Amino acid sequence: MVVTGTWYLVLSAMLFTIGGVGLLVRRNPLVMFMCIELMLNAVNLSFVTFARMLGDVDGQAVVFFVLVVAAAEVVVGLAIIVAIMRRRPRATADDLALLKG
Amino acid sequence: METFVFLVGAAVILAGALGVVLSASATRAALSLIGTLFGIAVLFVAQEAHFLAAVQVIVYAGAIVVLFLFVLMLLGVDTTEDLSIEPITAQRPAAIVAGLAFFGMVMLALSAGADSVTGMPGAFDPVAGTVPDIVALGRSIFTTHVFALEATALLLTIAVVGAVVLVRKAETIDPDDDISPQLQDASTEDGEEA
Amino acid sequence: MLELVWLIPALPLAGFLLLVVFGRRLGEPGAGWLATAAMGGSFAATLVVFLGLIDRPGDDRFFTQTLFEWVPSGDLSVDAGFLVDPLSISFALFITGVATLIHLYSIGYMHGDPNFSKFFIYLNLFAFSMLLLVLGDNLLLTFLGWEGVGTCSYLLISFWFTDKNNASAGKKAFVTNRIGDWGFMVAMFLVFVTIGSLSYVDLLGAADGGQIAAVTATGIVLLLLVGAIGKSAQVPLFVWLPDAMAGPTPVSALIHAATMVTAGVYLLVRVNPVIASSFGWTPDVIAWVGVITALVAATIALAQNDIKKVLAYSTVSQLGFMFFAIGSGAYVAAVFHVITHAFFKALLFLGSGSVIHAMHEEQDMRRMGGLRKFLPITSVTFIIGWLAIAGVPPFAGFWSKDEILLYAWNNNVAIWAAGSLAALLTAFYMSRQVFMVFFGESRWHEPIPAEVPAAAAVADDATSEAGGNEDAEVDPETGDAEPADVPDHAEREHALPADFTPHESPWTMTLPLVVLAVPAVIAGGLNLPFTKDLHFFEHFLEPSLFGNEAVLTGGAGTKWFVAGASIVIALVGILAAAAVYLKRRLSPEPFEQKAFAEGWWIDSTFARLVGGPGTAVFNAADWFDRTIIDGTVNGVASGVRAGGTALRVLQTGLARTYALSIVVGAVLIAAWFLTRASL
Repeated sequence: MVVTGTWYLVLSAMLFTIGGVGLLVRRNPLVMFMCIELMLNAVNLSFVTFARMLGDVDGQAVVFFVLVVAAAEVVVGLAIIVAIMRRRPRATADDLALLKG
Repeated sequence: METFVFLVGAAVILAGALGVVLSASATRAALSLIGTLFGIAVLFVAQEAHFLAAVQVIVYAGAIVVLFLFVLMLLGVDTTEDLSIEPITAQRPAAIVAGLAFFGMVMLALSAGADSVTGMPGAFDPVAGTVPDIVALGRSIFTTHVFALEATALLLTIAVVGAVVLVRKAETIDPDDDISPQLQDASTEDGEEA
Repeated sequence: MLELVWLIPALPLAGFLLLVVFGRRLGEPGAGWLATAAMGGSFAATLVVFLGLIDRPGDDRFFTQTLFEWVPSGDLSVDAGFLVDPLSISFALFITGVATLIHLYSIGYMHGDPNFSKFFIYLNLFAFSMLLLVLGDNLLLTFLGWEGVGTCSYLLISFWFTDKNNASAGKKAFVTNRIGDWGFMVAMFLVFVTIGSLSYVDLLGAADGGQIAAVTATGIVLLLLVGAIGKSAQVPLFVWLPDAMAGPTPVSALIHAATMVTAGVYLLVRVNPVIASSFGWTPDVIAWVGVITALVAATIALAQNDIKKVLAYSTVSQLGFMFFAIGSGAYVAAVFHVITHAFFKALLFLGSGSVIHAMHEEQDMRRMGGLRKFLPITSVTFIIGWLAIAGVPPFAGFWSKDEILLYAWNNNVAIWAAGSLAALLTAFYMSRQVFMVFFGESRWHEPIPAEVPAAAAVADDATSEAGGNEDAEVDPETGDAEPADVPDHAEREHALPADFTPHESPWTMTLPLVVLAVPAVIAGGLNLPFTKDLHFFEHFLEPSLFGNEAVLTGGAGTKWFVAGASIVIALVGILAAAAVYLKRRLSPEPFEQKAFAEGWWIDSTFARLVGGPGTAVFNAADWFDRTIIDGTVNGVASGVRAGGTALRVLQTGLARTYALSIVVGAVLIAAWFLTRASL
């Protein structure tokens, strides 16, 4: 039984789906953030897999940039969450619905 | 050997992911996330992406998850969530159906393999012939992608400044002087729930 | 030097913009001086461009400057550019020259007006629009100027808008002009459909090359004629011009005598190759419109008592001369008459303004008389203008009018006869005016015979108790500026103080009179008929006319006969007027027919038509507008609102539902790709 790239890709798709469903069902903004991290990691995994399958280093370069952007995103996102939570302790994503039409 | 590593890694990853989604406590979710991230790092190593594996451990597990835990402690560790209720009608079944549909689509596309999905011929076989190693990665980042690198540097700076501004602003506003009564009501209800 | 052409309209525009921002702060007289300087600079720029133009050989005097592409829209591409050729620069020269003098004059005339700077804002904007009109290198730019001068005309006629009469006179001018503008617009559409461009170079080239079918050319010319009839106050749309005299006198001189009303003449001369390629009867239509206007307006002028109304009808009549000159193929004579007319009519209007000023806003000639002794400069210059318009050699008007009549004779003797009759009447009514205003004994304190009750009623009116202070004028003898509470010039104070003596106007007003009097005497020298070499103006204009100038068939005998007839006609008119109004040997009754005084009832007929059957049409249009047009517009709006209300439920404000829709969207996109994939 040889592990092919397809195995990794299937694993990546499962991880992405779990992350996506988690994003949709969880209400705690922090956990939603973690689900986004799961999805990003799923994508990273598939990029690394493709890099190996194609013998091309650019896939890894993309992962590198995704890591950096994820770090930036987490910094700003957590700052926003902290700003909200300070004034609305225990607020969930559903409570922030001021833009309701 | 690789089969073994893959199976263990995949088990850890999926278990961690399910832990993130299913655990009511945010702290527990953060700890589960570490498992997933380590599993990913292991699979990176399995695919000869050693540099990325190191970065994955240092940046993700070492910095980002710690940041998450930091925020959790800042806001109170007891932020648990009642998973048995769902305020939005049909959100949960719709999410599961949509998620499975998406997964199915990806599987279908994967089974199409190198055949045309987008109309353009795909390639699953090596195109460059070079083995991705750290030297090649470094050369690629600092030559081909040097502008993207500079852009990410700028992005990080902006993110730092933005985070500082965001947090500082919250301090300058008087918490009693709340301009959003709807938010206030919502949080009160939430408090009663919790 | 031709590259400087953009400066010509740019300077008045700069003056306008500066005055809009700083006008109030500059106040009086700074704002006036700034505007005058802008116009003077524009005149200087025109002179430079003119010198650059005559520096070139005759067949190279055609220069276009494109500033930028103004309207890039599919097939239609219109540039903002200028066209310098002998025709446009001739117009630009006298426009900037006369406008500079009238700006200067206005500084004196508008003295003490609370809206002093606003007046100059409008004047500069007008000058800019007028220069755009004549210098634009395509029909659309000319149309922009055309509408700009129309707007300024409206603003300036109703400058003292607190009086209802002035305001409605402005509206009348605007609405009447719209009828003409319709013709101009449709003509533009026709030109674009035919040749796919609006630029003069393309249009004139196509017409000159015979690429425009006669029926199309006729359509274009007739539609442009409708525009010209509106703007240049020809029958039947001339009714707005006499009412336009409600505006301040410099406005009457600049806009409603010298420049704007000649725009129609400019346009028709500009498109002369199109006229040449239209059906043979098209020029006759233009000629008959002109000659009928000349006659009708001249007869109406016989019986007017308002000093400015006489000049207004005289302007209409003289514009008629220009039109039948164009109809007779005498383009040079038409432009020549535009220029001489600009000088002497501006002179006459400014002179009348000086008289009105001296008489404390009295405009009725029956209450003037003997002013020669009190207003030496005004009367001398006015008399020069009178001799010029009456057609007495060697004054400017004689030469241009004689040339028009010569070509009319060459074209059609009936037109010549009617034109000569109009010339006779011109000499008569202008002499009547001069004799009534400047000669005879003073009648300042005499009540007007027919209007005694009305005058008494005005005197009893409480609002007139304020005396002569209502008009924002200055008495130069005391130097006191009377602050005007309400600038109400229409409600004139008829009872002058007993010790009233008219006074000469300040130098800013008399200087333009003197300067204008010079060309009114000598401008005939531009185009003397004696030998071919003396046809300076004809040679100058030649490149703009594409050889479409009519050719005289008669010999020298015809020339001398027509010229002799012109002189006799002028002298007969003057002598007859002298017999009636100076020596009082004849009664004026037969000359001042009621039909003349009422303007042949043209105006009142319009009013009755529009007020009666017209109202039904307007109501129908109003209903259509409210129900169908507004209904459509409002229906679209309420449809959008209903749709928005229906879709509002999607905007839950919940981030998670939005995320769900993203996932669903991703699934749908993936499904769409997979259905197309060759699995």
